[in-house]
Order: sequence, then C-alpha cells, then structure tokens
Amino acid sequence: MSAEEAGGGVATEVSEVAAQTAEQRQAPAPSNHVGQAIRRKEDPRLITGRARYIDDISLPGTLWAALVRSPEAHARITSIDTQAASSRPGIHAVFTGEDMADLGGPLPMAWVPPGVEVKNPEHWPLAKGTVNHVGDPVAVVLGEDRYAVIDAAEDVVVQYEPLPVVTDPEKALEGAPFVHEQLGTNKVHEWSLPGGDVEAGLAEADVVIERRVVNHRTAGAPIEPRGVLADYRAGSLTLWTSTQVPHFVRLFLAILLGMSEERVRVIAPEVGGGFGSKLQVYGEEVLAAWCSRKLERPIKWIETRTENMAVAHQGRDQISHVKMGARRDGTVTAFHVKIIADFGAYNMLLTPLIPSLGAFVMGGCYAIPNVQTDIVGVFTNKAPTDAIRGAGRPEATHMVEVTLDQMAAELGMDPVEIRRKNFIPADSFPATVATGVIYDSGDYNKTLDRLLEHIDLAAFRREQEELRSKGVFRGIGLSTYTEICGLAPSRVTGPGGVGVQAGGWESAMVRVHNTGAVTVYTGSSGHGQGHETAFAQIVADRLGVDPSVVEVIHGDTGTGPEGRNTYGSRSLAVGGEALARCATKVAEKSKAIVADQLEASAEDVELTDGKFSVKGSPDKGMTLAEVAGAAYLNLVPEGMEPGLEETTFYDPENFVFPFGAHACIVDVDRDTGKTKVVRYVAVDDCGRAINPLLIDGQVHGGIVHAIGQALYERVHYDEDGQLVTGTFVDYALPTAAELPSFETDRTETPSPVNSLGAKGVGEAGTIAASAAVTNAVIDALRPLGVNYINMPLTPMRVWEAIGQANGGASA
Amino acid sequence: MSTPVSVHLTVNGVEHQLEVEPRLLLVHALRDQLGLTGTHVGCDTSNCGACTVHLDGQAVKSCTVLAVQADGAQVTTIEGMASNGDLHPIQEAFWNDHGLQCGYCTPGMIMAAAGLLADNPNPTEDEVRHGLEGNLCRCTGYHNIVKAVLNASKVKGATIAGAES
Amino acid sequence: MIPAEFDYAAPDTLDEAIRLLGEGGEDAKLLAGGHSLLPLMKLRLATPSLLIDLRRVPGLGGVERQNGSWRIGAMTPHATLERSPDLGILARAAGTIADPQVRNRGTIGGSLAHGDPASDLPAVLMIAQGSVTLRGPGGERTVDSSEFFQDYLETAVAADEVLTEVQLPALDGFGFGYQKFNRRSEDWAMVAVCAVVKNTDGGAQDVRVGLTNMGSTPLRAGAVEEALRGQPLNAESIAQAAEQAAEGTDPPADLNASAEYKQHLARVLCKRALQEAAGL
Repeated sequence: MSAEEAGGGVATEVSEVAAQTAEQRQAPAPSNHVGQAIRRKEDPRLITGRARYIDDISLPGTLWAALVRSPEAHARITSIDTQAASSRPGIHAVFTGEDMADLGGPLPMAWVPPGVEVKNPEHWPLAKGTVNHVGDPVAVVLGEDRYAVIDAAEDVVVQYEPLPVVTDPEKALEGAPFVHEQLGTNKVHEWSLPGGDVEAGLAEADVVIERRVVNHRTAGAPIEPRGVLADYRAGSLTLWTSTQVPHFVRLFLAILLGMSEERVRVIAPEVGGGFGSKLQVYGEEVLAAWCSRKLERPIKWIETRTENMAVAHQGRDQISHVKMGARRDGTVTAFHVKIIADFGAYNMLLTPLIPSLGAFVMGGCYAIPNVQTDIVGVFTNKAPTDAIRGAGRPEATHMVEVTLDQMAAELGMDPVEIRRKNFIPADSFPATVATGVIYDSGDYNKTLDRLLEHIDLAAFRREQEELRSKGVFRGIGLSTYTEICGLAPSRVTGPGGVGVQAGGWESAMVRVHNTGAVTVYTGSSGHGQGHETAFAQIVADRLGVDPSVVEVIHGDTGTGPEGRNTYGSRSLAVGGEALARCATKVAEKSKAIVADQLEASAEDVELTDGKFSVKGSPDKGMTLAEVAGAAYLNLVPEGMEPGLEETTFYDPENFVFPFGAHACIVDVDRDTGKTKVVRYVAVDDCGRAINPLLIDGQVHGGIVHAIGQALYERVHYDEDGQLVTGTFVDYALPTAAELPSFETDRTETPSPVNSLGAKGVGEAGTIAASAAVTNAVIDALRPLGVNYINMPLTPMRVWEAIGQANGGASA
Repeated sequence: MSTPVSVHLTVNGVEHQLEVEPRLLLVHALRDQLGLTGTHVGCDTSNCGACTVHLDGQAVKSCTVLAVQADGAQVTTIEGMASNGDLHPIQEAFWNDHGLQCGYCTPGMIMAAAGLLADNPNPTEDEVRHGLEGNLCRCTGYHNIVKAVLNASKVKGATIAGAES
Repeated sequence: MIPAEFDYAAPDTLDEAIRLLGEGGEDAKLLAGGHSLLPLMKLRLATPSLLIDLRRVPGLGGVERQNGSWRIGAMTPHATLERSPDLGILARAAGTIADPQVRNRGTIGGSLAHGDPASDLPAVLMIAQGSVTLRGPGGERTVDSSEFFQDYLETAVAADEVLTEVQLPALDGFGFGYQKFNRRSEDWAMVAVCAVVKNTDGGAQDVRVGLTNMGSTPLRAGAVEEALRGQPLNAESIAQAAEQAAEGTDPPADLNASAEYKQHLARVLCKRALQEAAGL
C-alpha cells in the first residue's frame, strides 16, 4: 500500500456501504439509532484480514531497526563496540545514546502538580551512561532486512559494570542503593488528598481495622505489540505508530526533534489493543523519527513480545496500608490509605499521576465523611509503570471493596447490608464526596437490587453450606463500585488543577458532503472500542441519516482538528459529546437553510423521520442531502457561509462516574488451592446506553482483565532485577478455557454532565472485578480459617494460606 | 548466509514458488513475501495463536512452522475464508455477535475456530472454550467469541474453511 | 523473534537423514513437528547449524497394533494420538498437550526425544513400560523406557541416531487415570500423575504410577506402586498409598510452585489418578 493510502487512518471498507447507491445514501432515516445494538462498522475489514496494523504498512526503501537492550537491571555502561555489527552486510548504521546529542531533551513527563516536588531523572531513547532496568535500550541497529538486523544486534558488544539493584519498593525507601545515584534517594514524590479529618473519624469509630493491601504489578499485554514506521522526507515527518495518543506523540516529536509542529504528522493505523500501555510517548517513537531524519530513509521497528514484556510500561504495583473505622451499626466513619507506588526506573508520561487518580474515588460509592490518601512514589530497577486499564482506580476500588468486606466480617454483618448502610443516597446527587469531587449521578441500590434479582443470595448460602459438606469450597464476592472517568475537565485535570500539562477537552468536526453523506473527524483515537460505530450512531440521529453513511475518521493528526485521544474511558463522554454538539451545530445550520428555502422560520423547522420539515407541514421538508445540495450551491440565507461543516471543542464541566454491582462466584479446590470462577454477574450503569453490544463487550473484556490479575497474571522480577515473566509462557493471560460466560445487565442513570447522558465503560469491568474475585475467594476460604489474602490468588498462595490458617500444617 | 531453499506453496488456492532462507517463518513468508498481512504475530512462544493458519486442512501456528516445512502444502489464511464475496459463516458470526474488538487476534481466532468446527461440528460451550485454548484475546474476555463459534456451528458450511472447499 | 541462521535438508530416506546427522555432528538437529525445537531456536536458546527435516522420510507415521502392543511411528502428531481412544492413557495424555494447533504439529517422537520432564508423554511411556526404536549408522536398537530418559533434556538418543518408532504395550484390562495440574489448560504440567491399574478379585495385580515434572526426568512412584501391589483398591488404601507419591523426589522450584508445593500436588494428584484408574 502507498503511504497516502495508509494515511487514510482507518477508512471504513464496509462492502455493503461501498455498494450503496447515491439514492440509498440520500434516504432519510429516523433518529433512533442511539440505544440500538448495531453490529460494528469496523468489523468487515477486521474479520477478513484486510485491516492495516502497523506491521502491515510498508514503504519503499525502508530500513529495519533492532534494539540492543540491557540484560542488566542496573549497570554502568563502560564500552559499546559496534564494529562487528556495522560491518555485517546490509547494515547501514548503529547508533548509541551518545550519537543523539542533538535531541531537544529527554523523554517527557507531563505531570507537574502545583506545589509538589517530583524527582524526574533524565530518560533517553537510548541509555546514556547507565542502564536502570532489564531491557533499557542501549543501541539501535539499522539495516535492510528484518532478520539481519536482529543478527547484527547480537554482535553489538556492550561492557557493563554492574551496580547494586533494588526491586522492593519498601526497601528502596529505606536508603541506598539508589536507582539514580545523583538523586540520593529513591523517593519520587509525596502527594496527599485529604478529605475531612480521618484521625477524628477513626477516633469516633467503634471498630478500626487495618490491612496491608498488595496490588501487584501487571502488564497491559495488548495482543499487538508496539511498532513504529517513521518517514522523514524533505523536512516533514510522517510517523505511523501503534498508539492511543497520536496527538501527544506529534507534540513531543516536534519538541524533541526541534521541528515545527505542522511538519509532523502522526497516524495511529489500526491499533491492536492498548489497555493504557499505548498511552505513552515512547523512546522508540522518538528514536525511529530521529533515525529516519538522520539516514533519510523510512525506519520500521516492530516490537517483539519479549521486548513488550520487558519495556512497555506496566501497571499497578502498589503496596498500601489501609485503615478503616466504623460504628457498630456498620456506618463507616473514616478510610485512610497510605500507598507506596512502585514506579520502576523512570517516570513516563503520567507515571506519578496514576495512583492519584484512584485517590479521588477512594471512598467508593459510600458516604464516608473522612477519606484520605497519602502516596509515596518510589524508583526501583524495574520497567516503569504508568496507566494500565483503570489506572489507579482498580487499586482504589480493590482497597475500599475488600476492606469493606473485612469490616463486615469484623462486625458480623452481611456484605450486602454494610454496603446498603453506607451507599450515597440516590436523592443526593450531584454529590460532593469527602475527596472534593462531585459525583454526577448514581443510584447504587438500584444496581445492587438488579444484581440480587440475578443471584438469590439466600439460596446461594444454602448451596454453599451443602457443597462445603461435600468438600467443595464455594464463595461469593461482591463489588459495588463507582469510578471517575471521562478524563477532562481541564479545570480539574489541567495545570491549574491536578497538574496535567494538557487540556482535557476533545474535538470534533462534522463534514456533510454534497450528496448528504457525512464524514466526521474525532480527536479521540479508538483502538477496538467501536468508535466508528457508536459515533456514527450519535451523529446519524442528529442529522437524520443512517449510520452507514457516517464515516468516522480518527487517529490521524493530519486530518481534523487537534485532539486529546483515548484513555481514561473518555472517548464517549468527552469525544462523543463533542461530536454530538458538532452535529447539532450542523443541524442548526441545516434548519436555517431549510427555513430559508421553504420560507419558514428556523424555529419552526424540526428533524423528524430523517427530514428537516416545517412544524405542522410534515410533507414540506428537506433531507440532509437536499440541504447539503443547497449549502454547496450557496443557496443559503443572506450573510451565512456556504457549505455544511462545523468544528467543536468540548471541555466538560465535570467528570462522569459510572457505577455498578458485580458478583463473582468461585470454587476453590482446597487440596490444590486452585480457584475457578464458576459464575460472574455484572450489573453496570454507564448512563445512557449508545450501543448495548459495545457496552457488553467492554464489560466482558474489563472483567477478564481483572480476573486475570486476581488469579493468573503477575509481572515478577527476582532480587537481581531479572524479569522472570518475560513471555506469554510465564505471564499467564487467561484463555477461554479458564473462564465462564458472563451474565451482564444494565441500569441507565443518565449523566447530567453531557447531552448524551453517557458515561464511560472501557475500564469499569476492570475497576470492579478484582475485588469481587478476591472477596469471593475469601468467602470460600473462611471455613478453613483464611480471612484475608492478597492477590495474585495463585494456587500455591491459596494452598499456603490454607496451610498457615491451620497452624502451618499443609492442607 | 545459509543456502536459500525453493518452496512451493498453494495459498488460498493460488500457487506460489518462493526462494527462502531456511529460517524464514511461514508467517513471514505469508506476510512479507505474499503480502497476506491478515495473519498476525503476537508473541514469540507459540502461545497467542494470532498467527493461526491452516496447513493441509489443519490449524497450526505459522510462527512455529518454517516456510520450508510447508513445501508442497496447501495453506489457507484468513484472506481465503470468504468466497465469492460472501463471508464465511464464522466470520459472519464474529460480526453478528461482536466477537472482536481491536481485531488483532481475530484472524487467528477465526482460523482456530474453523479448525475446531472441522473436527467437531457440534461442540458444547466447554469444547469451544478448550478448542480455543491456544488463542489469546485481551479485549473480549472470550464471551462473545465463544458465542460466535457456537452460533456459527449451527450454520451450514461452517465446517469448511474457505479455500479448502 | 526469529531463529539464527542454519542450513536445511529434507532427505528422502532415513539412511540419508542418518548420514547427514553424522556429518553435521553436534550442531545438526533433527526436525519433526518442530514444536519443541523451533521455540527454543526463536529465543536463540538453541542455534543448530543444520536442520534435518524428517517430513519426507517414509515409514515414520502410523499407529498400528501388533501382538498386544502398539507401534507408533515417531512422526505421529499428538492430534492423531488424541483421536485414537484405543490408545487409552496415551490418548488422554496427548489430548492435554498445549493446545490444538500445537497438537496438530507436535509429534510423539519429537516430544520423547526432547526429554523434557514437564511434557506429558514421557511418564506415560514409563508406566506403560514401552520402548523406543533408535536407528543410527550402525543399525537399529531398542531402548526400554526405564533407560531412555537420562537427565534434564537428555535421553538415550545418540547424536547420530533417529528415534523412529515407539512401542507401547496395549495395557488391555487396565484402568487408567491422568491428572494434570497447571494454571491454564494450555500450560505445561506444574505436576502431572498418570496411573494404570489392573485389578483382580484379590486386589491390585498391577499398579503403576508415573510422575511428570517432579525431577530432571519422568519418574515412577515406586513407593506407591509397592504399597498397593496385591492390596484391594479402595478410597482408603489409595489415599494411604498416595501419601508416598513424592517420596524420593526433588522437584525443581519455579515462580509458581515451590518444591514443597509440587510434592503436595503429587500426593493429591496421585490419589485422584488412582481413584480414576480404579473407577472409584
């Protein structure tokens, strides 16, 4: 394919749309697509193998890049000998960190919270002087053949002088050795979000419990690893990259390469999953661009899975000490959380911000008057952490939901009862919670009630009792969560708020073509969520056309307005609303044109059944195609510009707060410690549903991401900083064979924040589920004396817990 | 440089003669030499299954087969599943049941499902889940994939994989 | 990841393969399905200079019964074994190997010759008291399973020999059980236990128990076999005997299992495998 073709971003190749006649395109359509489970517009290209991911794009004259990476967790580089590699046939160049002296600066970290000192050591695309984790890149080899550069990379001889290694964040806080010697500390920063007075709240409690909650390190593990194709020609750079954030990548490429921003175009082609791990400005992106400019050749780098496991940013990795106080009646009076957050070797784009995102919702969906989170960030000789699906909020939900169950047990209360006791009442929204954020809408009893329609708890308890007598240990765990998403608004997230150096708005552009077909551009950048379908549904309804003639273009900085891309479950609530508002602008202009054409008042023109018609005279009206025809013939009212196209930038007033009630049922084999999820019921409320098919899909995937963490997945480094879980053999993503089918249901409590009434749902399942699984395992194990256990709930860990509960004897 | 080897492949019904390095993986022969980029690479260790194709009618992981091992064989890739413009019933079912999100695992998942249905035309849910144990998906939680395969199994012609018919 | 460079040959006869193997020396490797070797080569943990592909060599496939014993060609893929229920425990164990795609390519000969104590078939071969045929420049020899597995990834196959055939006594009249424990069903066994029993009215006439991934080679649980020989097979006797399943083992610890946990699993799985074999 040519670069131009590839530059089309993710143009739809739906044969049925292509086959539509102009007549069909112009046909009016009723405005009822929002809410329908329409199958996806994206899918025809994906199910036929015709999609274009990064490795599917080729340019003439491309040189392949292979990276030489550190096998040491911490070492001084004493020499790099590139001679043997350079002299291999077909190898054009080998570069090291010293060769990149002209780079405009180190890799970016975009969180500068007001009044907080964040230690931010330099982080370069290729290491300079020292390596700080296994996989840290040391040199790049460029050559003509994909296989030959890998061979040549093996011939680069690097001498390392090992330095002492620290991998345990608690030990790292105690003092030397230091990951970055020049800092004289491993502490990155301290940050607190006080709400109320936790000391007073704990003092008035009848019962105070404390737990150590370990939320272990996990990998994003999208099935498509990362990849970059950089093409620098005649002063302009086009860079294709498997990213969630093409606009951020463009900005920083321009800064670091010293280029004018309009000369840099970044395209996210089809992206094979991100889960936060592609919300990043990665060194390899900068490196490929720099090499392309240096060698005046396109440069392609495709990550291997082994590299991805070692160097793509990872997630979670928090050790927390939590303290919860409650009265005898179950009223929670205070929740105090102290988090040690392991950032690995460097700050990436948003690393130190991530635990703070959880702090805002540390009180969950409960009216806890005193909630405080204190965070300490720590460097260790491990890969950096940053946002992974949920980003701080799964950790927060896990803490509050598991601790609440612990409190219920302490008080002899039922987990349902203690939740109901503390829910923020449905009539108090919008509700300002202790942490200072305003929950937009919620009805927590409603989702819990619906959940309990699916699960007869009394019957379950009887069944559980019977099974125990047969030696089967079954347990149920609840998680009633809320989360904060739709990342925006700038007034909270931006420089004057929490300190992210970017606005949180989103952009949209709607272009109606001559024939009434519609192309829309969104600044959000989908990678599997179904933007092209859901956004088409939204726009179609506001313009009276069928979604099949609404083409959604995303992921290309060369088309459409500036954008802020996709993460934090923001695409729909921010990007979708921007599009809705933009389409409304087009509809308003259309009404004015129709009024002018039909000699009516614009206020009397309404959109019904796909026609802009005059109230009271439904036969008198124009379709969008007819309006567009008039607009492009300049048959518009006096003083109005011709054409039918609008642009919108939308910055919401508030976040949105999806919520729900999940229940997990597990069987634990007491003899082996193995846990099996036998049933999982999820009731989610993400506001008004745009496309239920997509919502269910997001929930399913989100749940499994968290089941994966709770039961299977764990990034593990040994004491020497060697990565033990470096492939999919050792990093155990669950397969279909380990899982049940899920039962999903929904309530709809519209958000007042946006006109769609919509909230996000991309992370909700992940945020909810690890607590449900953990609570279920604990519920199953209580008769065996196990009252608390940390993830990952691997068979051996569960077996050991059972053994320890029985006085150290093996079960 | 090792001696190149001549390989004859029939891919989706079309014959090809290639000169390859012995170490060339079948997946790279398909993608880089024949331009059939629907078959993906997701891992280095034969776990993820994104590279699944059919080799003489059987689902295999083409990242763990050398192109030279496939000499003389019939290969079917995702591009060969639809025939005469009609989607294969498994493709159709994945679309109908939202059995994909980012789509990266999807070609391999569909080819594995085709192998499964060829061996077992009327599988139970459990058999589908175990039949797909060699394919990883990070997006869907497998729920809709399993549903799609079960629904496809009720459709005539689902047991024949495209170009193999 | 891709393999380092190597030369490749696909000989038409076994003699030619053996000749090439002899010429290639230590750096030459045989290629059957490739599902043990190629993953190692891709990670560059193995870098043979010559691969000798057996795919064209005639006579290395097929499953047939002769004189109360199964003769299984070395190139028979796991999928064929899995679909041959008459093979009993071998079919069961083969059906648990990795995943369907791997079972379509991986072969019994390749798996056995690789000698990985975590793979499923070696312990089954041991308790079936089977044997393998090896052919080298000097002719053919048969090696009993008890002498075949020598150490971690080391077998009796000499550098210039080809494993051509597996002989497996048919085990008529035996019940069998196979219990494999792993985190995910596609994983290698953390521990697996295979058991076959032949019962008579008076008690267990023959009890054989094999252990997978409990040491550097597959093992027989001799103490368990001894304890049950001639004894009635019931829940109590099995439970008691299974307590000795890990006796004398020194399993290697890994990230997900300590040696102690593996020994515990061996006891649990042994009990379950014997109960299954005894039809309890």
